[in-house]
Amino acid sequence: MGKAWKFGHDIDTDVILPARYLNKSTPEHLAAHCMEDAGTTFAQDVKAGDIMVGGKNFGCGSSREHAPIAIKACGITVVIAESFARIFYRNALNIGLPIMECPEAVAGISPGDEVVVDLATGTIENRTTNKQYQARSFPPFMQDLIRAGGLIPYVEGRKKNA
Amino acid sequence: MSMTITEKILAQHAGLDEVVPGQLITAKLDLVLANDVTGPVAIQEFAKFGTDTVFDKTKVALVPDHFAPNKDILSAEQCKVMRDFARKQEIKHYFEVGQMGIEHCLLPEQGLTLPGDLIIGADSHTCTYGAVGAFATGVGSTDLAAGLATGEAWFRVPESMKFIFHGTNFQKWVGGKDLILYLIGKLGVDGARYRAMEFTGEGISALSMDNRFTMCNMAIEAGAKNGIIAPDEKTFAYLEGRARRSYPLNYSDNDAKYVDVQEFNVADIPLQVSYPHSPENAKSIQEASGIKIDQVVIGSCTNGRLEDLRIAADVLRGKKVHPEIRLLVFPGTQTIMREAMREGIIDTLIEAGAAVSTPTCGPCLGGHMGILAKGERAVSTTNRNFVGRMGHVESEVYLANPAVAAASAVKGQITHPEEVA
Ligand code: SF4
Repeated sequence: MGKAWKFGHDIDTDVILPARYLNKSTPEHLAAHCMEDAGTTFAQDVKAGDIMVGGKNFGCGSSREHAPIAIKACGITVVIAESFARIFYRNALNIGLPIMECPEAVAGISPGDEVVVDLATGTIENRTTNKQYQARSFPPFMQDLIRAGGLIPYVEGRKKNA
Repeated sequence: MSMTITEKILAQHAGLDEVVPGQLITAKLDLVLANDVTGPVAIQEFAKFGTDTVFDKTKVALVPDHFAPNKDILSAEQCKVMRDFARKQEIKHYFEVGQMGIEHCLLPEQGLTLPGDLIIGADSHTCTYGAVGAFATGVGSTDLAAGLATGEAWFRVPESMKFIFHGTNFQKWVGGKDLILYLIGKLGVDGARYRAMEFTGEGISALSMDNRFTMCNMAIEAGAKNGIIAPDEKTFAYLEGRARRSYPLNYSDNDAKYVDVQEFNVADIPLQVSYPHSPENAKSIQEASGIKIDQVVIGSCTNGRLEDLRIAADVLRGKKVHPEIRLLVFPGTQTIMREAMREGIIDTLIEAGAAVSTPTCGPCLGGHMGILAKGERAVSTTNRNFVGRMGHVESEVYLANPAVAAASAVKGQITHPEEVA
């Protein structure tokens, strides 16, 4: 169970991780500056197990994988959004940051709500309001990728089975 | 079955006769690109694949451009990671400072991006190469690492959208930048999310290659997977003397399927300015005119090509940059810089009061060489004006074409080029 951090539409990768911090790529460095330009205390106050909620087109902008790495390194266990920008979507799956598309849940979660998600079934439960939501399921290929924990373990697994 | 140009390129590289939107495919790559920001992460991930060598050292391009020439010690370390990797792997297309340029200006100029190619780059503006009729798309570092190791990547075949620009009667000073800002203004920053944007029509045929690069460059700003323009005589002329391998020609079938077809008349499109903090906030220059600014940036992978510099020089010839304005000019590549010197463009710009830099991404991403302070405003020919993109979170960026940027530099406020002509 985690506390929800809620952000708006079109949250871009420059806001998630400003370019001025791209001269170093360690997860700790990136986590320390995550969402810094969104004008919140997110990076200081986020706790392991918390979840992130965004509107449409979450993660638009640059291809920097530093953005999902920063979010993951902050301890965020899942990002729920109305929709994700294409490159962020790939990057999140590739590095093993779970993401879920569910406009209903986004509408039904307020900042600070306690939320529980089941990645296997795609159910999202808001314990603060006692409401349940069902996220859109991933195509089978992506489910395999998520189960493997990202692209590298997935490719390695396929090589072994080949 | 009928297919779009994007579908045909994907099918060829997946070894399939046909593909349909939504299909997941694994495709062979013709070129894999990384820069000094995304490269080091990719190189670190590459090591985890348990393979010692890249799939093909002639099909990898590594370009230090974001924080290069090294802006600080950390950046120097990152560039070194990439340089060491390039040497060890004997990467053919590694471009050292002195040869390098902004990746999306450099690779087409070097003839490394050809029609029908399938290209991934760990940089979102990789979609620029659609201007020569390639399928090119941005990915993250892990996808890139997999590409380096295997020479393959997975794709979801995108739905295609077609944008037909009728007529050739452009309003004066209007170019590819205005067409694409106008379009993003209509679509919104996620209006083409996951989709292919195909640009066509007489208006596109009339555009120079430099203008076409500008348009495809910004497809990502509408959320698209790729932007693409079918090759024509102008493409062939551009590739003459650059292409060192033969290339297939692909064209969309007449009855290919599109999820959306939108038509415009170029005569209706005025000069555009996109307000902070999103490229979709496009307005006509009339509305924007008079906004006071502090800095003007001309350059980047969007508008750092020869024609862009030429237009800026045409506007600035015999004029002076406003005393309260810093005008920064960043040519896209060394070749562009030399051409601009030969034509007297650089001299004209410096005479007017511009600071001209060696090629680098520099200020475009708030990296170095021209960061904005709190409360400052810039007009920029780059592609993004997100919060904090060029510096302080309380700075602002207005996106425009090179003519508008140059005119604004003279007046100290957003200005129609006619006013200074
Ligand atoms: S010029 Fe700007 S947009 Fe283009 S590659 Fe460099 S940082 Fe990215």
